[in-house]
Amino acid sequence: MSIKILRQREWALPPAPVRREVLTAAPADGTDAPPVLFVPGFGHGAWAFAEHWLEHAAERGFPAYAMSLRGHGGSGSAARTTLRAYVHDVTQVAASLPGQAVLVGHGASALVVAMALARYPARAAVLVSPVFGGAGAAVSALVRAPVVTLPAVFGRPLRPRRGQLFSRELPAADGRRYADRLGGASARAQWQLVAHSAPEDPVGDPPVLVVGSPDDRIVGRAALTAVARRYGGAPLLFPGMGHDVMLDAGWQEPIDAILDWLDKPAR
Amino acid sequence: VNDEHAIRPGAVGPAAPVQRDGRQVYDRGDTVCVIGAGGSGLTAIKNLREAGFSVDCYERETSVGGAWNWRHDRSPVYASTHLISSKPFTQFPDFPMPDDWPDYPHHSQLLSYFERYADHFGLREHIWFGSEVARIDPVPDGRRWDVTIRGSRGEQPRVLRYAAVVIANGHNWSPRWPEIEGQDEFRGQVLHAGAYSDAAQLRGRKVLVVGGGNTGCDLAVEAAQQAARCWHSTRRGYWYAPKYVLGRPADQANDLLRWLRIPLTLRRWLFARVLGATVGDHTRWGLPKPDHKLYETHPVVNSQLMYHLGHGTITPVPDVARFTRDGVEFTDGSTAEPDLVVLATGYRPVFEFAAGELLGIDADGRPDLRLQLFSRTHPTLAVVGLVQPGSGMFSIAHWQAVTVARWLRLMQSAPERAATIHAQRQGRPERRFTQAKVSDSSRHWFEIDHVVYLRALQRSLDELEVAS
Repeated sequence: MSIKILRQREWALPPAPVRREVLTAAPADGTDAPPVLFVPGFGHGAWAFAEHWLEHAAERGFPAYAMSLRGHGGSGSAARTTLRAYVHDVTQVAASLPGQAVLVGHGASALVVAMALARYPARAAVLVSPVFGGAGAAVSALVRAPVVTLPAVFGRPLRPRRGQLFSRELPAADGRRYADRLGGASARAQWQLVAHSAPEDPVGDPPVLVVGSPDDRIVGRAALTAVARRYGGAPLLFPGMGHDVMLDAGWQEPIDAILDWLDKPAR
Repeated sequence: VNDEHAIRPGAVGPAAPVQRDGRQVYDRGDTVCVIGAGGSGLTAIKNLREAGFSVDCYERETSVGGAWNWRHDRSPVYASTHLISSKPFTQFPDFPMPDDWPDYPHHSQLLSYFERYADHFGLREHIWFGSEVARIDPVPDGRRWDVTIRGSRGEQPRVLRYAAVVIANGHNWSPRWPEIEGQDEFRGQVLHAGAYSDAAQLRGRKVLVVGGGNTGCDLAVEAAQQAARCWHSTRRGYWYAPKYVLGRPADQANDLLRWLRIPLTLRRWLFARVLGATVGDHTRWGLPKPDHKLYETHPVVNSQLMYHLGHGTITPVPDVARFTRDGVEFTDGSTAEPDLVVLATGYRPVFEFAAGELLGIDADGRPDLRLQLFSRTHPTLAVVGLVQPGSGMFSIAHWQAVTVARWLRLMQSAPERAATIHAQRQGRPERRFTQAKVSDSSRHWFEIDHVVYLRALQRSLDELEVAS
């Protein structure tokens, strides 16, 4: 496992400070479970986890937190945001929690979390429907879903359609409500999804779990397997769900599986 | 899923009873002993535990923070102490300081940072507070250590056996007193900076501050604001760096230039231009001209000294020649009549619990360590935090601790390879980890340049990775 010590560029040019939204759900009783920090993907805010998973994790005894990256949800905006600034947001919030945290990243924020793992020794990490990007993925997305992807080429936000985010099981009214709340990531960060260097190795050797749906129309099964393999495992799959597994009709199954995994004795 | 990195490594089993000096020795197996729970000790505990070791840390005070905990008797901080390196260089690299803190936090913020670090990573349960290490003795096998702990309330000493010892006892707590002629005659008060705590001690008095280091300059500025009169005595001319240049904290600007690979000579020129464009030639206030090039001494970072010199609230004076009954005589023959003399003359390293040869300590009290980190003779003995970087301290202590943890891991998992590496390193002469030639005065014993030093640690880590 290689380690990078010298980071002069980062020391010399720290990301601009910004106000960050963090929603909290505390378990009813005292607990020795580690805090769990949910990091929503591009376009989503803390609300996406506050809908179901946040409370559910707290009910199962985990101090639960959901944050919004800069420019998302209730967090302050920042011009010309890069992936590095998003990573900074995650490590800032993680270090502010009362204990060594479990990081849960969704979509493109799974990549942000994977990058943050090199900068913060998480207790464990969960990558949900991970969008790790890359040139190949960008080309195939452009071919498969030009309506969604093409605007991003011109610096507009990626706006996935309801049919990609949710399954048919989700009531249409809910789907519309969620889709209306979607925002967008910065154009720079979107471009960096296409071309970025691979995340560095995690510090502190945390266990990493990959969760997704084989029917996700944004992250294919091959992509899920590739990300899971990078961390020496296989993805945990929940068929019949869309990309937003935390909002879709069957939301409880994946979060229960994640919390069960965290409850295993080694952690 | 990997179960190796269990949160709590296996408890240590009992071994056959052993005796030292008539006392039972408790064998702690593979546990590592850390001495001190200041910033360096805390990061040693955290990184050793992250590498899978169990750790017993002994701290003679009753709380964490070491020198940065103002409640501790030996803490050198005073009420107005602020950091002189900005956050990105000072913080532990894997535990960032909050965004809403200032560029240069106050000492009380640094203490709360250490307390949060200890809580965040659950370090306190591994620390024995109020326990002082009386001595460390190598076991004849050349690897392990018998550590004698002095009980704080007159309890019997205990002896425990450890797989390794990591010393993190700090080097800014034992005052260095200069020998100045006639000090006994002087009727005024003489104080070491370590005993200075609050501006109230200066109010309305005639104060002489001795020492051109960062503390000396801070105290001169404080005296300029509080005292009736302030003299500032320095032995030589220095380069005084402002806290901000080019619109950012000076250390960030400096590292930006280094990241851009601007060579040293060009940076010196640029720095001189920046100073020239702001405060200008400071010999016009009576300060001596620097007798050395920039970056050849430990940087003095102070934006306010020049301001007060320019306002005449600080009178610069040369080195003290002798004390007289009513005052002080300087090397140029001039005199002053202070009623309080504050000696900001630094601190000396003290390892009262270790035989000098373990750390290669010479007649002057200067240790000789490999990488300014490892004992040359004992592969399971290291000193974390015995460096004086021209930058932040704790990011460097973190990487030292990581290097120690990796090395001890290798010694456990592949003892033969570790022995080979240790033997190879024996003959290598030590270099100075500075970018320019620095003076050899005791003030610069531990001086390092953060980039040069961290590169050396990086090489060491890479080497250990290949070996394991």
